[in-house]
Amino acid sequence: MSYTEPTAGEIKEQRIYRTFGVTDEEFARVTELLGRLPNYVEIGVFSVMWSEHCSYKSSRRVLRRFPTSGPQVLQGPGENAGIVDIGDGQAVVFKIESHNHPTAIEPYQGAATGVGGIIRDIFTMGARPVALLNSLRFGPLDDAHNRYLFSHSVAGIGGYGNCIGIPTVGGEVYFDDSYTHNPLVNAMCVGIIEQAKIARGSASGVGNPVLVVGAKTGRDGIHGATFASAQDPHAKERSAVQVGDPFMEKLLLEACLELIETGKVVGIQDMGAAGLTSSSAEMASRAGSGLTLDVSRVPCRETGMSPYEIMLSESQERMLVVMQKGEEAIAFSIFEKWGLEATVIGQVTDDGMLRIVEGGKVAGEMPVTALVDEAPVLERPSAVPAYLSQLLPAPTSLPDGPSHEDALMHLLAKPTIASKEWVYDQYDSMVRTETFVRPGSDAAIVGVPGTNKALGMVTDGNGRYVYLDPYAGGAWAVAEAARNLVCSGARPLAVTDCLNYGNPEKPEIFYQFERSADGISEACLTFGTPVISGNVSLYNESLGQDIYPTPVIGMIGLMDDAGMITPSSFTNPGHILYVLGDIAAPLQDGLGGSEYLAEFLPEGVLAYKLPHLDLGTEKAVQDACYQLIQQGVVNAAHDVSDGGLLVALAESAIQGNIGVRVEVPQEVRDEALAALLFGESPSRIVIEVASDRSADVERVAQQLGIPCARLGVVTDELRFSVMANGSKVVDMAIGDLRSAWQGAIASWMN
Amino acid sequence: MKTAVLQFPGSNCDIDALKALHHTVDTMAELVWHTTTDLSSYDLIVVPGGFSYGDYLRAGAIARFSPVLKAVQEAAARGRYILGICNGFQILTEAGLLPGALRRNESLQFRCEISQLVVANGHTAFTSEYTENEIINIPIAHGEGNYYVDDETKKALQERGQIVFRYVSEHNPNGSVDGIAGVINERGNVLGMMPHPERAVSKRLGSEDGLRLFASILKSWRGTHVLH
Amino acid sequence: MNVLAKIFVTLKDSVLDPQGKAVTHALHALKYGAVSDVRIGKYMEVTLSANSLDDADRLVRGMCDELLTNPVIEKFTFELMEVSQ
Repeated sequence: MSYTEPTAGEIKEQRIYRTFGVTDEEFARVTELLGRLPNYVEIGVFSVMWSEHCSYKSSRRVLRRFPTSGPQVLQGPGENAGIVDIGDGQAVVFKIESHNHPTAIEPYQGAATGVGGIIRDIFTMGARPVALLNSLRFGPLDDAHNRYLFSHSVAGIGGYGNCIGIPTVGGEVYFDDSYTHNPLVNAMCVGIIEQAKIARGSASGVGNPVLVVGAKTGRDGIHGATFASAQDPHAKERSAVQVGDPFMEKLLLEACLELIETGKVVGIQDMGAAGLTSSSAEMASRAGSGLTLDVSRVPCRETGMSPYEIMLSESQERMLVVMQKGEEAIAFSIFEKWGLEATVIGQVTDDGMLRIVEGGKVAGEMPVTALVDEAPVLERPSAVPAYLSQLLPAPTSLPDGPSHEDALMHLLAKPTIASKEWVYDQYDSMVRTETFVRPGSDAAIVGVPGTNKALGMVTDGNGRYVYLDPYAGGAWAVAEAARNLVCSGARPLAVTDCLNYGNPEKPEIFYQFERSADGISEACLTFGTPVISGNVSLYNESLGQDIYPTPVIGMIGLMDDAGMITPSSFTNPGHILYVLGDIAAPLQDGLGGSEYLAEFLPEGVLAYKLPHLDLGTEKAVQDACYQLIQQGVVNAAHDVSDGGLLVALAESAIQGNIGVRVEVPQEVRDEALAALLFGESPSRIVIEVASDRSADVERVAQQLGIPCARLGVVTDELRFSVMANGSKVVDMAIGDLRSAWQGAIASWMN
Repeated sequence: MKTAVLQFPGSNCDIDALKALHHTVDTMAELVWHTTTDLSSYDLIVVPGGFSYGDYLRAGAIARFSPVLKAVQEAAARGRYILGICNGFQILTEAGLLPGALRRNESLQFRCEISQLVVANGHTAFTSEYTENEIINIPIAHGEGNYYVDDETKKALQERGQIVFRYVSEHNPNGSVDGIAGVINERGNVLGMMPHPERAVSKRLGSEDGLRLFASILKSWRGTHVLH
Repeated sequence: MNVLAKIFVTLKDSVLDPQGKAVTHALHALKYGAVSDVRIGKYMEVTLSANSLDDADRLVRGMCDELLTNPVIEKFTFELMEVSQ
């Protein structure tokens, strides 16, 4: 084999390392750590290991502030995925990860391989993946390119998850100009495992064989990890985008679980970003060992691949496995049954070196600690953005605002609020036959096989809120995720987070990142939900515009009794509706940050302050709701969020196909009514209870020291009627509300 | 009754079918790998849903050449019950055990929802526990469920009562000819359907209407095996 | 001899092609009103060794009938050419 690569001298003299995103300072440091100049393979390996994507160099200092421990945590951050105890010797394994940049370039494959990657992170731990969720952000649908990105991303997510047979049970979709041409695709996977069978990504035991299993290696995605951290992915070639093969991954999943089950696996890790390079370095690092890898033994799809290309390829559906010495045959026979390759490419050593050989010749040799522990940690400057001090108190109405009926119709038809049926009908949400609550409710509920337990799962995050108040916005995302779980009847357990931000080299962006992380931390402490895994995606900007700071919280909750599942749709005529929490909070908070402002005063939505979030109140409201559900009092619960109180009531009425008659329980100035009906103040939950359980609601609210207001009744009239100050302000047919809400996205897409 | 649930590389509703059988009628049901060549001990063979061989080329096109398909052909010839669900239906049409073909959905999109079906023939071995023309709720989840037969075959199917399930007329989810969701062979022992009865076996899953399909098979089998 | 078969698979004329229909509409929207119909099919390249072009013709026809197409809804044509090893 022959290939011409620059010599070590040329790499230095011509500063070729800069094309890999390695700075002059970093190159000097590499030279110092090696005690010589790096050759082409070595600088390639360093460039990906020290990239933002692998090293978290901008974010690492901030991530350390997250609370990551708790009695329920079996595995915190640092592994392929986090693990949380759910009792009976079982555990839930989960993680969320971004695939934003690849999706911007090639939405179908970008989104699909995002799903494929996160699934591998879960079964690498030995867990059976049981559910997928997706948190998506796109620009408005009136733009053809945004529609293209949206429809192809959805198709890619479905294409992968449907084929591999893991139900896509939930998630969220937001549309905002901030994401035009820079979509966010964050995929979350949840798995279930017997605690005794947890596998880890560790390469220990001198002489143990190292295997590459799964797909062959090609030239795809070389430098994807550095590409994920680059400022303008559009300028890069499409060739850096990988193509997913969900069929291959299904076979790989079954084969790996079968292999792990034998107990002969020492360590196993997904070859994700930076492929063989990061998987091998990280596995050796965790074990404090070294590895010698012979790249000439790696099965390749293309001919004439160089060590550099083999080490950096991001071909999908591959895993790195360390077996117990002498047990390789077990891997060979299991992989043969599934029609897959398993090849020994090296062994574990004790010299702490990642040694790349090609046949008999050493192609590169680097200390593992230099690649992993010595990766730069940056002290990015942080500065309070000027706009934050200029925000005004939010108004409670608009001078020429719409009638409340018009406002409701418009909001229900806003793609961010409207039914996401067009999206989730393209996902198989039912395969595995454990999906008890499908997409479209506050949280998805998935049964734990063989038990009466169930897991609640959600993703939440509102970038506009975080933009308006990074600290409160970060905390809000956690609060809302927990609230959604509680409304469904689940007890919040732990968090995985996907932190999507703009260019961290701008001090204002870094401030958004840092402050929102602090907000997340405080809220995680409040709710007792440690961060057990996650991912950071920076440089989300296109055409010079940074996205809203968009941390997405994935949260898992546990239900000891799946019989306690509570729907968000109203159920019974004659039942009473209550609001837990302060129904009148928006009279103080105004319409800040709301979809109402975004719709009717788009130029002003970033000018006003976010409503106030008090985590103590939030926790008390959630506790009240949870207690009432556990006492069997609540027939339906839905949190008040995007669109405010009326949208929450309308969604529950539409989904229950049932009427609602409510009356604002206090006198409100006409000029403030819009805020009460559409303001997005947090810490409020609408519940439906039987009329003879009213006293229970009031008792629990009093015990927990939270306000609660009786709002009205569920009716069989199929009308949505709202009284305020003695007169009717809204009186509409449920059918009309449904048509606005249900068909809105489809009408853009078809 | 002894049941085999076939497993091809890429099957993903195999476990669901097995669970549904265990839960409803047959605690002896077991998984059978696609390289098996002898199915003679089984009374019912379920060809489950999923994406056998990734649905590459055409859904079911590669699986029909698996060794086990020969055994399925033999079992069909011997009058054993064969139930193809979703990808299983696609495999059975590709193998020629059932008429017609499944094309890409008219919307060009994968679709997953609980669909309403009309039981068009309530007198088959698979549907005797339903009332004819009854409307039942059974989930669908497919991208290639758009059933096609030419007019002549369609007429023949109608006349012989081989159309077993139709989507309710106002909700044809995929563009199938005549709203056809499931067909049976002439002999009446091989049924293929796009909807998933194994996903409709408990209230928690949103419908129990699939239970009676499995109960019907058990009843039919008992009718022919009184001495067991 | 080494033969390259270029195989074109299309839906039979009597079978509706939803993808072709969607593309027809899209082309009309893009001011290609001149388009009256679009049919979308598959293109495959199969390299095989055969004794002669006639032999290759027989083999390719066989694989089309047996696996590469579904005769209920699809039809095919192909071109053969000799290629170097």
